[in-house]
Amino acid sequence: MRRFALALMLIIAPLAALAPRTALAVQPDEILADEGLEARARAISRDLRCPVCQGESIDDSSAPISRDLRLVVRERLVAGDTDGEVIAYIVDRFGEFVLFNPPARGANLVLWLAGPGLLLLGLGGAYLYVRRRGVPVPVDDLTVAEAARLREVMKD
Amino acid sequence: MIVELGHFALVLAFGVALVQTVLPMWGAYRRNAALMAVAEPAAILQFVLVLASFGALTYAFVVSDFSLKIVVDNSHTLKPMLYKISGVWGNHEGSLLLWVLILALFGACAAWFGDNLPPTLRARVIAVQGSIGVAFLTFMLFTSNPFVRLEIPPLNGQDLNPLLQDPGLAFHPPFLYLGYVGLSMSFSFAIAALIEGRVDAAWGRWVRPWTLAAWVFLTIGIALGSWWAYYELGWGGFWFWDPVENASFMPWLLAGALLHSAVVVEKRESLKAWTILLAIMAFGFSLIGTFIVRSGVITSVHAFANDPERGVYILMILAVFTGGALTLFAFRAGSMEAKGVFAMVSRESALVVNNLLLAVSCFVVFIGTIWPLIAELGWGAKLSVGEPFFNAAFAPFVVGLAVVLPLGAMMPWKRGEIGRGLRALWPAALLAIAAGALVWAMQTGRSSMGPIGVILGVWVVLGSVTDLWTRTGRGAITARLGRLGRLPRADWGKSVAHAGVGVTIFAVAAMLSWKVEDIRVVQIGETFALAQYDVTLLGVDEVEGPNYLSTMATLQVRRDGALIATMQPEKRFYPVAAMPTTEAAIQSSLLRDLYVVIGDAQDGGGWAVRSYVEPFAMWLWGGAMIMALGGALSLTDRRYRVAAGARRTREADGVPAE
Repeated sequence: MRRFALALMLIIAPLAALAPRTALAVQPDEILADEGLEARARAISRDLRCPVCQGESIDDSSAPISRDLRLVVRERLVAGDTDGEVIAYIVDRFGEFVLFNPPARGANLVLWLAGPGLLLLGLGGAYLYVRRRGVPVPVDDLTVAEAARLREVMKD
Repeated sequence: MIVELGHFALVLAFGVALVQTVLPMWGAYRRNAALMAVAEPAAILQFVLVLASFGALTYAFVVSDFSLKIVVDNSHTLKPMLYKISGVWGNHEGSLLLWVLILALFGACAAWFGDNLPPTLRARVIAVQGSIGVAFLTFMLFTSNPFVRLEIPPLNGQDLNPLLQDPGLAFHPPFLYLGYVGLSMSFSFAIAALIEGRVDAAWGRWVRPWTLAAWVFLTIGIALGSWWAYYELGWGGFWFWDPVENASFMPWLLAGALLHSAVVVEKRESLKAWTILLAIMAFGFSLIGTFIVRSGVITSVHAFANDPERGVYILMILAVFTGGALTLFAFRAGSMEAKGVFAMVSRESALVVNNLLLAVSCFVVFIGTIWPLIAELGWGAKLSVGEPFFNAAFAPFVVGLAVVLPLGAMMPWKRGEIGRGLRALWPAALLAIAAGALVWAMQTGRSSMGPIGVILGVWVVLGSVTDLWTRTGRGAITARLGRLGRLPRADWGKSVAHAGVGVTIFAVAAMLSWKVEDIRVVQIGETFALAQYDVTLLGVDEVEGPNYLSTMATLQVRRDGALIATMQPEKRFYPVAAMPTTEAAIQSSLLRDLYVVIGDAQDGGGWAVRSYVEPFAMWLWGGAMIMALGGALSLTDRRYRVAAGARRTREADGVPAE
């Protein structure tokens, strides 16, 4: 449940689209007896977005559709699907919108590679800059007056 | 009457801001002292007027003046006084007024504390600050006026959103805004310097305390918000990578970078153009944050259509200020000649690496935040970018920063040797790896995140201690301890803030990897095990609060039979707003928090109960507070006590340096 963000929005944005939310997302009756399967179900649900909420995962959301999706995830796991098959099953029905982790292919590659790309570019730029700074800049010679003053001082 | 005066004061403030922008700027151009002298009184007057306006709005909330639309929408007579007052900024219009108030406050501070600035620079800084005021005052007066009256006032209000009726959230926005808007000062200094065409060590020294103050406030504001999310949310999450959170995080990252690059400008007269660019970008991201949050364009693309006027106006402000600043930068950047020379291995280079990592990590957060928008506008794809992406894409930067931090902090200016730094730091490195290995051996079959967090945390904290200790020079321990107390506050501030970073990194890793969760149905009187604790549900009662109804459970927590805590989590219902909230019960201690939430009554009897052991939770906010404390310590360094500092340097002229 993204209440923190929601509240921030509320502070700064007009009160809009505010659905009542209750405390619990994952209900005790949803939990699978098999701990391994349950752990996988939780991990999968954390990466799936609730289709009707503002940026909550189905693991956090108390919306009825999220509960349905959590149950579907568990059903598929019990039926023997792999994590990938479960996710594919849900994406087939709801589209890639429900994936919080956009797959790194197609145009999304830009999203994934933008950071490392910019870092490399920045490192290159920084290297060139630092190397240039390493060349000593010729110090301005003393002016005649300064030289005279220096001789004066050195005499003392 | 008072409300009308407040409204009038706001309109007057707009006029004053206009004068504050135009006359000093023109005066500085013409070298006209009389015109430049308008800057200070104008800045102070603008602040007083906005303050009066803010006071009038607060008054309307305190006396529950329901002829005002904003009060009807956000208040109720039964609401506790604290939340009547915090209701002033618990909505779009009022929070914008707070924004402008803080903006005017910073302008006035430039007038009050700017005695030692060259007159033209001071006039220009205050003028630029005034122009931001003009933009936001127009925005407020034309699209978001808080003083809109209702023709037929209702008998009572609709209440503030119950989620916002919380002490943590009452103080969260003011701090956040002090941070956001504080960056406007760095921006104004950058623009003024670009117009002057001069950036030197003195400029670096003036701009740093403002950036530092903004960064400290932003740190506190973000930590308060995160803490509030943790206890109010219901399952101990503390950060969600939501667009709105990212909006506050991006300026924080850039302010951190700016803080460090301004040091290079001040001490070594290098990185000037980059520092100016950072100052522009940091405030630019504050504006982008304002845009994201107030237009709703990113959380939900469709909300944009609901309020096109506001969104478009903020976009215009963003385009004019950031675009204008960058254009000015493009023309003037070439004239900023760097002086300092430094080698590949040096403090300067380390700070360049720091800046690179912070700036690129900010970019990663930015692109992740706007990617759904790009995808929808670009090729019509509806997709989401959330926690998994941000965790994967952001974590490497944290690791990189933490690894480099202690080495860079101890590196000498101009020219250093990696070997020498490592010699001083090897005990810290050894201890960090040993601690990580110990934790790795102790934990059972979980991720490597915990041990990595321990290694990085210990490395950064011990590295900061080593840094401070090395500064005491050589000699007997007692002599060095004595010198420790006499080190400049800036040195202390640096080490304390860095140690805070280490503590925070450790706490984040610990909370993410060692949290224990339990969800179950509990009958009244039943006892269940949570990690090493035994939790008993004693009963569930209906309780009536001042403006809500509560379902309150009472649980006892025992360890080996000894009573540790009696906890009372609540489910509240606010009838006026017709909204439920969750009040988790939290028992904090040094090493862990116990965290209990009560859910719904079950059909077969009993109650749904969620309980958690949150390891090292206090360390997370503690770490953030240590960071802020470090910043504050550094701010109190005598070099920054502006007027006093200027006088002292003059006195000290006769004494040879070092």
